[in-house]
Amino acid sequence: MSDNELADPRISAEKSVSRRNFIKIVIASGAVSSTSYLFRVSIPLAQASAPGAVERLITLTVNGQQRRVDVMKQETLAMTLRYKLGLTGTKIGCDRAECGACTVLIDDVPHYSCSMLTHTVRGKKIVTIEGLAGADGKLHPVQQGVIDEQGFQCAFCMPGFVMATVGFLKTNPNPTRAELAQGISGNLCRCQDYDKILTAMMRGAENMRKA
Amino acid sequence: MPTNVTATNHKLIGKNYTTPDLYAKVTGRAKYAEDFRADGMLFCKLLLSPFPHARVKHIDTRAALAMPGVKAILTMDDLPALTDWITDNGTVMLADKKEERGLAMEPLYQGEPILAVAAVDELTAAEAIEKIRIDFEPLPFVVDPLVSLRPGGPNARTEGNVSVRPAPPPNVPGRPVTVAPPEVRELKWTEADFAEAKQGRLPMGKATDEWTFGDLDAGFRNAALVLDETFVTPNTSHQCLEPRTAMAYWQNGKVYVYTTTQSTAQSVPNIARWLEIEPSNIVFISEYTGGGFGSRGTAGIALIIPALLSKKAHAPVMMRISREEEQYIGRARPGFQGRMKVGFSKEGRILALDMFVICDNGPYGQVSDAPSSGRTVSLLYQPLAMRWRGVTVLTNTPPRTYQRSPGGLQAIMLMEPVLAKAARKLAIDQVAIRRLNAPEGKAEFGAGAVGKRAHATSAFIKEALDRGAEQFKWNERKARSGKRVGSKVRGIGVSMSCYSGGSIGYDGLFVIKPDGRLYIQSGIGNLGTESVFDVHRVVAEVLGVPWEKCEITWGNTSKNLPWSCTSTGSKTIHTMTRAAHAAAMDAKRKLQEIAAKDLGGKPEDYEVANERVFRKGGGPGMSLADAARRAVRLGGIYDGHELPKDINKMTVASATALAGQGLLAVARDNYPCDGVTHSYVASFAEVEVDVETGKYRILDFLAYADAGTVIHPRIFGGQVLGGTILGIGHAIGQKWVYDQHYGLPLAKRFHHTKPPTILDLPAKLEWASVGIPDPETPVGARGIGEPPVGGGCCAILNALSDALGDEIFRRAPVTADVILASLEAGRPAQDDLRANI
Repeated sequence: MSDNELADPRISAEKSVSRRNFIKIVIASGAVSSTSYLFRVSIPLAQASAPGAVERLITLTVNGQQRRVDVMKQETLAMTLRYKLGLTGTKIGCDRAECGACTVLIDDVPHYSCSMLTHTVRGKKIVTIEGLAGADGKLHPVQQGVIDEQGFQCAFCMPGFVMATVGFLKTNPNPTRAELAQGISGNLCRCQDYDKILTAMMRGAENMRKA
Repeated sequence: MPTNVTATNHKLIGKNYTTPDLYAKVTGRAKYAEDFRADGMLFCKLLLSPFPHARVKHIDTRAALAMPGVKAILTMDDLPALTDWITDNGTVMLADKKEERGLAMEPLYQGEPILAVAAVDELTAAEAIEKIRIDFEPLPFVVDPLVSLRPGGPNARTEGNVSVRPAPPPNVPGRPVTVAPPEVRELKWTEADFAEAKQGRLPMGKATDEWTFGDLDAGFRNAALVLDETFVTPNTSHQCLEPRTAMAYWQNGKVYVYTTTQSTAQSVPNIARWLEIEPSNIVFISEYTGGGFGSRGTAGIALIIPALLSKKAHAPVMMRISREEEQYIGRARPGFQGRMKVGFSKEGRILALDMFVICDNGPYGQVSDAPSSGRTVSLLYQPLAMRWRGVTVLTNTPPRTYQRSPGGLQAIMLMEPVLAKAARKLAIDQVAIRRLNAPEGKAEFGAGAVGKRAHATSAFIKEALDRGAEQFKWNERKARSGKRVGSKVRGIGVSMSCYSGGSIGYDGLFVIKPDGRLYIQSGIGNLGTESVFDVHRVVAEVLGVPWEKCEITWGNTSKNLPWSCTSTGSKTIHTMTRAAHAAAMDAKRKLQEIAAKDLGGKPEDYEVANERVFRKGGGPGMSLADAARRAVRLGGIYDGHELPKDINKMTVASATALAGQGLLAVARDNYPCDGVTHSYVASFAEVEVDVETGKYRILDFLAYADAGTVIHPRIFGGQVLGGTILGIGHAIGQKWVYDQHYGLPLAKRFHHTKPPTILDLPAKLEWASVGIPDPETPVGARGIGEPPVGGGCCAILNALSDALGDEIFRRAPVTADVILASLEAGRPAQDDLRANI
C-alpha cells in the first residue's frame, strides 16, 4: 500500500461507510484486520463519536513483513502491535513513557511504542521482541545473553530492556557496564533485578561481538 | 561468582540452570493476563470515586445503558452476599461486613471503584462512564493517622478510626476455631498526649496493642546511654510493572479467570469466596505474573469485576488496569510514625527497648505490619527487655497489604538509625555493635516470659557480618569515611536485616510415567522468583533423575495442581522444598517396594539412583520406566488409586485425576521444624554526598545473606539484590504525597514516586551467602525474598549519617533538598510528624 491511499481523507471515510466491503477488500489483499478490540467495532459507533475515531488503512513494516492494518489517528503503536497485529510481546506497563516496557526499534532506534502514533511510522522499519530470533528459532545474541545468565525475574519489562539493548549496541557494540546502564536507563524493572539484567545484557553484547 | 554458596556433593541443588519459562519470556511468547483474547471479548472501564470519603446517594445509568455497544453495568448491588468461610485447615472465618468488596457505595478513598461498564470496546465503555450521573454526599476524611488520633479528629470510617483484632476465642476441643474480623473502634488521644508533638517527638497516647518481656525499668536504669528517637517511614505502592489486569468468561457454569497472582493454588478458594461459587467451578490461569512483592498473594479482589460483568453480559470481559488505577487499587505498604527509646550498656548491648508505632492502615481490614515490626526488632537486636506498643489507624487512602518485608522494613528503619547513633556516641564500631546484639542459633523473639518465647530455627548473621565486613573491606573504607574532599564527603553504612523465611505442611505431587520421565505438578505462582520450578530440583536430586527428564506443569488449576503455599513471607523455597522432598521420598519408598516385590528381598535392600532402583552394592534392578509400568499394574497406593489421608482436598482431586498414569508420588510435608524459620542479611554500603548540592550516589553495595542452602544461585542473587534495591527506594526517594486539605493523592504515577532506576545504583552490586544449611528442614533452604529489604534501605541511611552526622534526617526517604536544608539549619529540617508530605 502506498502513502497516497491516505492522502485523501475521503478514501477512508468512504471505506468506513461500507465497512463490509472494506473488510472484504482487506481480507482479499491479505491485510490484517482483527477485531478492533479497543477501538471502534461498528460504523454507527464510529459516526457517533469524535472524527478521530475513524480508522484508515495503512501499511507497516513490522519484523520484516508488510502488515496492512486500519488505525485511528490517535492510535499508538503499542496498541496497534498488541491489539491489531497480535504482537503481545510488547508490554504496556504505564502507557505514558515512564517505564519502557513497550520499547521497540523504529529504524534501529529504540522508542516507547506507547507514545508513538502509529500513523507516524509508516515507511519505517519496526522491530519488536517477536522479530529478534531467526526464522529457525535461533535466538538473537542479546536474547541468548538472557538465557546464559538467567536474566530478569517476572520479565514483564524484559522485551523493552532487550529491545533497548539491541538498539544501544548498534551505536556502541563494546560498552562498559556503566555505559550500557546509561543506554538502557529509560527502562524500569520493578523486581529491581538491574544487576543481573546488566550482566545478561553485557553477555548479550559479548555474544554479538563473537557472532 | 559470589563466594561461599554452599559447597556440597549435590548434582542439582546449588547449581545454575535455565528455568523452563525463560525461552517464552525472552521471545515475547509468554502470555500475561492482558495477552489473552477470547472471541466476543468485551472491555470494561471503572468509574472511580473522586472523593476521599463519600456516600453514593443515587446512580443514574440510563443514558449509558442506552448507548449502542454498552452491554452491562456492575454496581455493588450485583455482588454476592458476604458469608462466613472456612479455611483449608478448618478455621471458620466470620464474614467481615466492613471488608473491601471491589466496588463501593461508600467509597473510602479517592480512586476507589464504584461501578464498572462493559462495552464492545474500551472507548465506548469510557464514554458510557462519562454519561453516568452520581449524587455523592461527601463525608469527613483523614489521610494522616496522627490527625485522626487528635481530640475531635476526623474518622476515616463512620464507625471509627482504629482497627483492633479481637482476642482469639478459647480453643474448645472438637469445635472448629472461629475467627472474628477486626473491629473498627474510635480512639482519640488527649491534648496532653500531643504536647510532645511540638518538639517533633511522637505523641504516645493509648495504644490498642501491647506486649512486654523482661524488666524494662531496670534495663533503662542500668543503661550508660539512653536514646529516644522519632522516625517517620513512607507509604509506598507495590508498583508491579504488570498492572492487575484481569480477563474472565463463563462456560457451562465454570468461570475461567486470567489474572496475576502469587499463588496459583490458593487463588481458587479466595475467588470461590468472592464469587460465592464452588472451587470446582473455577479455572484459574496465571502462567506468568508481572511481579507481586506481596500485593497479589492470592490474586486481587478486583478480578471479580470482569468475572461478574462477564456473567451479566454473557460474554468474555477484559479489564485492563491503567497505571493510575493500579496506584489506587494495586496495594501499598503502610507508613509508620514510630518512636524508639533504647537503653545501651557502655559496651553497646541493648538492655531495654521501648517501641511505639502508629501504622497507617488505609480504610479496610487490618495489615499486620505493626505486630510484625515488634517481632522483627525483638529478634534482630535481641534486647534484654522490651515493650512494644502499636495502634493501627484507618485513613482514607488506598488499601494496604503486605509489601516485601511488611513491618520488617519499617521496624528496621526505626531501629537502625538509633543503633548507628548509639555506636557513634559510645565510640563503638558499627559492625561490632551489631554483632554484639545480633541473634544467634535458636534466638528467642516476641512476647512472653524469658525462656518461653518463640524462637528461630537458626541464625548465622554473625558469620554474615564477619565475612561481609571482610569482603567489603570495612576497616579500609572506615579510614576514609567522613573526610571531605572538595564538596564531596563519603560515608559507610552497615545494617542488619531479617524476615520470616518459611512455613510447613504443604503437599508435593508428581508422576513417574512409563516413558521414564518425571511429570511434576506445581501449584506455586510464577511471579519471577522462579521458585515455581526451583523447589522441584529437589525431586530430581533425591531420585537421581536428570533435570532434562523433568516436566513441570504450572499456572492452570485445570491441570491438576497440588495444594501449595502462597509466595508470600519469603516462604516458598523453604516450604515447598520440604513438600517436594516429602513427595520424592514417597516415590523412593514406592520404588523400593516395587523392586522388592519383583526382585526379592526387602525394600530397604534397594537404592534409587541414575534413573534406576537397584540392589545396594550392585545387583538386579529396574529402570524407573519399568517401575512406573509396574506401578500401574499394582494400582492402589502405587499409581494413586489410594491416597494418603493427610493431604489437602485440592491435592486429593488432582492426584485422583492423575491416578493410573504411572508411579504417583504424593505426600504432605510432615517433617518436624523446631522454631520459626527466618533469614538474615548483613548489608554494607558506601555513599558519596555532595554537600553543595545535597545529591548523593551509592558507590558500592554488598548484601551478605544467611538463608541456609542456596538452591539456585543466580535466582538467589537476584532476590538478594532485588529486595535490597526495593529497600533502597525507601531510602532515596519513594513516598506518597497527599494534598492534606482535600485528601487527594499527588503521587499517582511512576515518575511521581519512582522506583530506583538502573542509574540510582553502582554499575555492579555484590552479594554473597553464608550458605550454612538450616538444621530444621531437610534441604536446609530458607527464603530470601524479604530479608534483604531493610538492609538495603538502612545501609544507605546509615552511610548518610556516617557522612553527614546525626542531625540530618528524622524520616525517610532522604532527598537532596532535605540534606541541603538540614546542613544549613544545623538540625533536621524535617521535624514534622505528618504522613504523606
